Amino acid sequence: MATGDNLTSTAYIQHHLQNMTFGLHPENGWSMAATPEQASEMGFWAIHLDTMGWSIGLGLLFLWLFRKVARTASTGVPQGLQNFVEMMVEFVDNSVKETFHGKSRLIAPLSLTIFCWIFLMNLMDLVPVDVLPMLAQKIGAMFGADPAHVYFKVVPTTDVNATLGMSLSVFALIIFYAIRSKGVSGFIAELTLHPFNTPNKFFQVLLIPINFLLEVVTLLARPISLALRLFGNLYAGELIFILIAMLGLWQLPLHFAWATFHILIIVLQAFIFMMLTIVYLSMATEEH
Amino acid sequence: MNLNLTLIGQAIAFAVFVWFCMKYVWPPVMQALQERQKKIADGLDAASRATRDLELAQEQANETLRESKEQAAEILEQAHKRSNQMIEEARDNARQEGERMIANARSEIEQEINRAKEELRSQVARLAVEGAERILESSIDEAKHRELVDKLAAEL
Repeated sequence: MATGDNLTSTAYIQHHLQNMTFGLHPENGWSMAATPEQASEMGFWAIHLDTMGWSIGLGLLFLWLFRKVARTASTGVPQGLQNFVEMMVEFVDNSVKETFHGKSRLIAPLSLTIFCWIFLMNLMDLVPVDVLPMLAQKIGAMFGADPAHVYFKVVPTTDVNATLGMSLSVFALIIFYAIRSKGVSGFIAELTLHPFNTPNKFFQVLLIPINFLLEVVTLLARPISLALRLFGNLYAGELIFILIAMLGLWQLPLHFAWATFHILIIVLQAFIFMMLTIVYLSMATEEH
Repeated sequence: MNLNLTLIGQAIAFAVFVWFCMKYVWPPVMQALQERQKKIADGLDAASRATRDLELAQEQANETLRESKEQAAEILEQAHKRSNQMIEEARDNARQEGERMIANARSEIEQEINRAKEELRSQVARLAVEGAERILESSIDEAKHRELVDKLAAEL
């Protein structure tokens, strides 16, 4: 437990849910945020060092692991790590082939990256909630920072910036694929001539704003739901881990039980993000 | 939980990771997988072909075995026949030889008998003449009576 005597439960939870932020503070200039208030005062021009660090680190881990296998991939009997990598690749490839019927060199590697990367980021949730933040506090103290003001959030997917960053990239791809397969006019027609459609030109013109409103909401709901689903699940999971960590000795069996259950969520959320990306992209390329 | 630059940073990192994965991870692994698939398919093909060949070869071997058995039986039969024939021939030859020998012996015996008879005749004639000579002493014209006695001896 990182709760010192001087920390209340609320402060403990808040401390755990605050990212390590570096940004442009209106008064202090470019600096580390010492308090959550300072972090929110920074507004948009701030970056979460812990989120970026862990996500990039885990992404590099994934790429390094897979690249290592890819470089030495043999057509003979696969061994060890190659088995695992091939299993993942085949699993993703099958998922893509079942859902996405067009031809694209991008979709399958995109799905693999999404699945593995999100899985690894989610996996950080299983590290006991206090271990890495405490380590960060110790290291921060060595560099002369006040340990109480060193914030460290380990799981990148509990940061809505991270999930939104990915889902907005997917959203850009959705629009790109839609325009590529249907053309700009086809894309606009899809936004304006559905779901209400009449042969009468006059009524059609009247219906265009309604259609547009409905379709834009549908379109925008995709990246937002994609991001918030992942974020919400992991954030809630993290929060429960934090709550369990405050229970004293009772946390041990509870933590074990919740972690076991959480393994399911971790894989499931990574899989859902991947599958929905494939589904959205295949919907974008197919005619209705 | 405020939106900030992290969002853009994350999007950039995501794009770079996807690009790297697409460029350097996916193609080699996929290629290896496909090549292995092809290899395994080829292997299975070869195995089934080999099985078929084996069956064919076994069939051929059986056929050859059967043929050679038949041939062997035929040869055996021929040999039997031939040996029987040879035995038969040998028997015939032996019989003929025996008969011939018997005939030879018979004719020899006959000749012997004839010769003995001849000799006996001549001796009887001589004895008769001698006896008559002794009885009649010189009163007999030898040449005249020899003819007579010879005739007598021939009748013997």
